[in-house]
Amino acid sequence: MPSNTSSGRNASWGLKLAAIGTLLFLHVPIWIIFLYTLTPDETTFTFPLPGITFQWFGVALRRPDLWSALLISLRVAVVATLAALILGTLAAAAVYRSKFFGREAISFLLVLPIALPGIVTGIALRTAMGGLDIPFSYWTIVIGHATFCVVVVYNNVLARFRRMQGSQIEASMDLGANSFQTFRYVVFPNIATALLAGGMLAFALSFDEVIVTTFTAGQQTTLPIWIFSQLTRPRDRPVTNVVATFVILLTFLPIFLAQRISAQSSDTEGNK
Amino acid sequence: MLGRVSTYLYQHPRLVLLLLLGPPLIYMAVVYLGSLFALLINSFYYLEDFTGLIVREFTLRTYGQLFQPAHLEIFSRTAIMAAAVTVIDALIAFPLAYYIAKFASPRLKTWLIIAVTIPLWSSYLVRVYAWKLILAKEGILSWFINLLHLDGAINWLLSFESIGGSSLALSPIGMFIVFAYIWLPYMILPIQTALERVPDSLLEASGDLGAKPAQTLRTVILPLAFPGVVAGSIFTFSLTLGDFIVPLSLGNSKFFIGQAVYSYQGTAGNIPLAAAMTMGPVVIMIVYLLVARRLGAFNAL
Amino acid sequence: MMNASMPAIRFEDVSRHFGEVKAVDHADLEIRDGEFFSMLGPSGSGKTTCLRMIAGFDRPTSGNIFLYGKDVSNLPPYERDVNTVFQDYALFPHMTIQDNIAYGLMVKGVSKAERYKQADEMLDLVRLPGYGSRKPSQLSGGQRQRVALARALINHPKVLLLDEPLGALDLKLRQQMQVELKSIQQRVGITFIFVTHDQEEALTMSDRMAVFNEGKIVQVGTPAEIYERPASPFVAGFVGTSNLVSGEVARRITGSDEMFSIRPEKIHLDSTNSEPGKEMLCIDGIIRDVIYLGLFTRYLVEIEGGSDLVVVEQNLKTTSMDVLAAKGQKVRLHWHKDHINRVGG
Repeated sequence: MPSNTSSGRNASWGLKLAAIGTLLFLHVPIWIIFLYTLTPDETTFTFPLPGITFQWFGVALRRPDLWSALLISLRVAVVATLAALILGTLAAAAVYRSKFFGREAISFLLVLPIALPGIVTGIALRTAMGGLDIPFSYWTIVIGHATFCVVVVYNNVLARFRRMQGSQIEASMDLGANSFQTFRYVVFPNIATALLAGGMLAFALSFDEVIVTTFTAGQQTTLPIWIFSQLTRPRDRPVTNVVATFVILLTFLPIFLAQRISAQSSDTEGNK
Repeated sequence: MLGRVSTYLYQHPRLVLLLLLGPPLIYMAVVYLGSLFALLINSFYYLEDFTGLIVREFTLRTYGQLFQPAHLEIFSRTAIMAAAVTVIDALIAFPLAYYIAKFASPRLKTWLIIAVTIPLWSSYLVRVYAWKLILAKEGILSWFINLLHLDGAINWLLSFESIGGSSLALSPIGMFIVFAYIWLPYMILPIQTALERVPDSLLEASGDLGAKPAQTLRTVILPLAFPGVVAGSIFTFSLTLGDFIVPLSLGNSKFFIGQAVYSYQGTAGNIPLAAAMTMGPVVIMIVYLLVARRLGAFNAL
Repeated sequence: MMNASMPAIRFEDVSRHFGEVKAVDHADLEIRDGEFFSMLGPSGSGKTTCLRMIAGFDRPTSGNIFLYGKDVSNLPPYERDVNTVFQDYALFPHMTIQDNIAYGLMVKGVSKAERYKQADEMLDLVRLPGYGSRKPSQLSGGQRQRVALARALINHPKVLLLDEPLGALDLKLRQQMQVELKSIQQRVGITFIFVTHDQEEALTMSDRMAVFNEGKIVQVGTPAEIYERPASPFVAGFVGTSNLVSGEVARRITGSDEMFSIRPEKIHLDSTNSEPGKEMLCIDGIIRDVIYLGLFTRYLVEIEGGSDLVVVEQNLKTTSMDVLAAKGQKVRLHWHKDHINRVGG
């Protein structure tokens, strides 16, 4: 329970400096990437920058391998998000509606892929797929991503179900609407923003993911995999900075929007 | 027609449960649990060195290989790194968490928490990459060190066999910095939550009873913040244990668990060993989670 | 199709079990066409469960429920010609008032123009004309309740169910709504089934009522019957205040030691040397406590044999000083022998 301490409590200068220092430590590295997109230096990361140039943005735009990696990342993220939306909503509905044996276990099961280190999920999937002689492809990537995206949607939708007035569903059926009509007219409008927020989080999660992807991909390169290859064998330093900047924006935006949506809907909900 | 389906479902609630729960449960059970099970099974096979083929017989041989000195070294190296990262993150996180919980006005608090979580919203991989930039030989940190005439000190650090390397960007020291950086928000938030729960009146009472600020800090605040530290440490410890991106990007030939697993299952094709090695972190994580729950860490999550 | 002599609702040996718990235990009930029927009882007595089973949100573990002769026990709510006004109103927050009210018509496929027209008529009926375009969050509790009523009535159900609808309202508003509900029911002419734990409400509004206790229906009758002739000590105690007398003391008064009840307002205080009238019973006692309540005074009288009786008398001629001075006085209590009610323990 937050207490208003703005009156009469002042932190010592030491504490304030430490806090500011920590914040800077958190944020400056990202700004440095932005800075380095402007360096004309093609081979090293020399500081101070020898000059300022915007050429690398153009170069990146003309790279077909980057476009292809971006496309694959997007396709994977979209399909994984769709799967997560469906599976997550179904699971949330089941858990919300009925009491059944093993109910708490469902939440635990769904959170495992995120709770256990990515390498565990990755190698487990790879072992199983290899053992079944399933070729590694776009689809194996999607299957892997779906496992950890489901829980994000599930949590969002379940929380929204719990906030909803249960009697609305009964009222709708009482007034003559069958289950499907009730879902369409009453349930869906209520959970729509939760689906949106959950979906965006799932998208960001999938787009950024590299560990599980490395294990489940065949020849495919997603954008994170491309960046990862640059980490270990740098060949395209300045372009990598541009790509990195782009990825930051593309993962930051959906999460930010999802947060805004969740905050907004908890304010304007018709709470009784 | 839909109405009739709906009525049928109404009269058979168990069927509805099956339809709702079925798809997600089957998917997770088959894909995820199935894979984990396959991993577990594989850890009981072994790789025949001569033929390079996996022998599918139950054996504990592969687990036995884990006790070879090279592997034990890998485990301890990784565990020490994880512990060190946990400690340093706790130290760094505390001032900020303390400030946010106890000194920030409600408006400032909201902004500060957003400021702490924003890095988490920006791709993990990119944040690791950022440090390749910073730690590069000619990079910004280097320039800074030059400025402060600390090159000698850095080179001396790098000369150590166990933690040093050819450059900051390729050494356990570098890895240490990056790990600490990456997981920091995961430590700040639980500590902040735990400190929020400490009523101001406790602190005032302590001062009232004659304790100096430093004493209050040590005897009242730190113990109450401890569950938050434990909660945060779950993340820092487990994430470090299982990570292979950072070791691969910034490490050298001294392997960490993640790298070892990656390389064993890759070119070496030694899936049983990779599986057995993975079991290590999994077991540690489960034990850690149980202990942490006992210590009240889950209240701070 | 609706026969005046066919009961609107009939329960045939209905039970609802939740594992070990018997929420409703072998209930038999008949509710007549066109009556305002209340189901009264303490929390957990089964009255709400019965209502939900009539509506279709719950299904009996055993037994059958008939709606005008048709067995609806297994039908989902949307196939029963029954509508409900919920305790928390359950208005759809994302729809306007007009869309809320017209919802039942919308799902049946009625045209927009037609259903909006009927919605406006309903708004007039519940005295909220012009509120159509507002949202539920903009309305007060009492207004939302009326919208919930309109939303239910627009479908012209055979039976309207009301689940403690007035519980959230303050006293004045509640009394106002009681009158309004009653008048709407009489105007619309359909059967109302009203669940409440407030016995005064039930007594005020009902044509007939059923008293529930621990899953069983313990008495069904008109308010007067229930009040004057409670069938059990529980009913005597739950509905209005009552005095229960049994054993030795009962024998002294009536000649038999069967338990009986007598309402406080039926007892009359007099001096100890007053003669009992014809057909009157009496007993002596001492006034232990006096509470002056303006309109009337409540006395606690300890009678011979040790029991306490509550007596209520209007302050027709007495002032507060008079009555408060009565504390400690010896008195004789008189009442008409027909006013006692044997409850048979």
